[in-house]
Amino acid sequence: MSRDAQGGGVLLAGGTVIDILGERRVDVRISGGAIAEVGERLDAADDEVIDVSTMVIAPGFVDLHTHLREPGMTEAETIETGSRAAALGGYTAVVAMPNTDPTQDCVSVVDFVRAEGRRAGLCDVHPSASITVGRAGERLVPFAELAAAGVRIFTDDGSGVQDDGLMRRALEYAGELGLTLAQHCEVSSLTAGAVMHEGECCSHLGLPGWPALAEELMVHRDIELVRLTGSPVHLLHLSTARSVELVRAAKADGLPVTAEATPHHISLTDERLRGFDPLFKVNPPLRTIRDVEEVRRGLIDGTIDAIATDHAPHPGHAKERPLDSAPPGMLGLETAFGVARAHLDLPLRDLIALLSWRPAAIAGLGHLHGRPVEVGEPANLTVLDPSVEWTVDPDALASRSSNTPYRDVPLVGRPRHTFLHGDAVVRDGVATR
Amino acid sequence: MSARHLRGIDDVGADGLLRLLDLTDHMAEVGRRANPKVPALRGRTVCNLFFEDSTRTRMSFDTAAKRLSADTMTLAVGSSSVNKGESLRDTVETLEAMGVDAFVIRHRSSGVPWRISEWCTASVINAGDGWHQHPTQALLDLYTIRAERAARGAEGFENLRVGIVGDIRHSRVARSLTEALVLLGASVLHIGPRTLMPPTPLAPSTDDLDAALADLDVVYLLRMQLERIDSAVVPTGEEYSRRFALTPERAKRLGENVLVMHPGPINRGVEITVDPAYLPGSVITQQVTNGIAARMAVLFDLLGGVDLDVGSPAIGSGGAAS
Repeated sequence: MSRDAQGGGVLLAGGTVIDILGERRVDVRISGGAIAEVGERLDAADDEVIDVSTMVIAPGFVDLHTHLREPGMTEAETIETGSRAAALGGYTAVVAMPNTDPTQDCVSVVDFVRAEGRRAGLCDVHPSASITVGRAGERLVPFAELAAAGVRIFTDDGSGVQDDGLMRRALEYAGELGLTLAQHCEVSSLTAGAVMHEGECCSHLGLPGWPALAEELMVHRDIELVRLTGSPVHLLHLSTARSVELVRAAKADGLPVTAEATPHHISLTDERLRGFDPLFKVNPPLRTIRDVEEVRRGLIDGTIDAIATDHAPHPGHAKERPLDSAPPGMLGLETAFGVARAHLDLPLRDLIALLSWRPAAIAGLGHLHGRPVEVGEPANLTVLDPSVEWTVDPDALASRSSNTPYRDVPLVGRPRHTFLHGDAVVRDGVATR
Repeated sequence: MSARHLRGIDDVGADGLLRLLDLTDHMAEVGRRANPKVPALRGRTVCNLFFEDSTRTRMSFDTAAKRLSADTMTLAVGSSSVNKGESLRDTVETLEAMGVDAFVIRHRSSGVPWRISEWCTASVINAGDGWHQHPTQALLDLYTIRAERAARGAEGFENLRVGIVGDIRHSRVARSLTEALVLLGASVLHIGPRTLMPPTPLAPSTDDLDAALADLDVVYLLRMQLERIDSAVVPTGEEYSRRFALTPERAKRLGENVLVMHPGPINRGVEITVDPAYLPGSVITQQVTNGIAARMAVLFDLLGGVDLDVGSPAIGSGGAAS
């Protein structure tokens, strides 16, 4: 299937490699799906040469949190369109969230998602599975059977597991199998009908609030369950200052807790809801500037392990409903790098770590993605143009939906080429399939 | 300089409010004529778009438009029949295609008038959105306060002390009125239990009505939705009334010139346990009457009614043309 199998490979010439080993100026030859040679001024031979002299060659990004909407909601996105958006965003792997219809809670649905991802061939699609059957919070899924089908991350994302006893048993059972449970932290009795962050803004706008406490209580509970069971937990899309503090303390205690934050929670605040535009409605909600700053700090000091998009496509008409009945969620894959770059004061290498090898390790994909750019490694790479200026045009995005909150926002930096197992799935900012 | 919309108090500001109050005075004068109809908005179309039932507000707007000779159309979509998946935008665009100069919008969801104003070129008048704003109610309340205080020899909003009692959290009336009063220099006190206050206070607040009562010029009672009692936001209706209703005992303690107001409809026995007809300070009926004049002022102002010397008998008699 891959193009280079038919003949010569590709030579990435003149670029800077940034990976887990550091930063160096070398050429990279890709052939047969792998990195064939790395070194200074490599001979082109019969390779196609791509001049990347102003660019950065990095391991492909890994998104821990992508909603591909298939099966069941293909009006919003399909596995193919979402994979294309991912590839354009520099991602070579995504973890597909299980809140599909039917739910990814059994092998047949998980196998379908993986197979469709492979058929699209634009990025590695790794389905997660739910923790409970139908994400109903009542009965556990067959963890071992799903693990045998390749699932490593389990989550009821969209809602948190409310029942303390059930969550404890899930951790005991899944932890023993070497699996990671990922939690959407939200105590639902505190968020009934909630539309936006509970605070000054919602008080003025007359909208039911989603208190920070609803997230923090579950973060706290899960940290204590990790302490009890010893099983790992990954905390999804942290959004509050206190959540970051709780995770920082848990890590200081040596607990196996990891966490992610989204580009929107480090770039936008609840003030954006003043125009009542559902494009800015998301769960957990946009919070205050103090929260935004603490989440940024958490990413910078390593408390939060990864940037994850929570890419959540919705069709245009759904976002034209009144704010309280519009669905929460925003696109993220194609803008993540530029947004994160603009809002995190970090050297490029640290930013790439948050987007690539750290999430790869959490997803159990560290053997395939986020690898060093070394001979013999799988050629899952993204070539970043770190200085290109561009403006977000919702209609020009590859996602089937256009619900980005960054319309007309100028960004700096964008993936230019993406290689998936050696295959150029994105060339010059255009998907090749 | 006129605003294009009246979605919230924000759209007009202090000067705009005072201008609308003066205009309301003129409209009230029209309303007192033998023929209370003028041709100011002849040929203009006002569409009442009510996604939530509200007979009173809808009739008030409809009467106001008709007194200005505007054509009206009314689409009342009871909240029960509004499919959550229905596109608001499609509805509005379809109606606008029929030629609408102003939409009067009532919706159970906060913010809908703001969204609609992005999708159409007509003026948008908010007749109540969710818990958020109800600016014409605030305008008629300000007008009533000004007129009734003037009749009792008091003037201006600067030293006025208004207590708003009850469910502030879920009240668009309280949000608009508080904002408007503060803009005009009045002081506002919110009175009710913490569970009925917004998460962040919009004004100084207290849960002690008895202590607050002595220092108020206006007691503004909010309607207590019975479902709040069912959802345990307050323990029982009986306890709510004991703490926050205007009881005969409290009514006796009100100063002579204290106004008692309510946006209607009243839950007798809940927020008020005394017959308002026997309260000397009650101006609840005047609020309803003034509602028509206030809405006439808003329509006239937004739709750029011309040549309206409403004081002129010539035009007044011209209003008979139809």
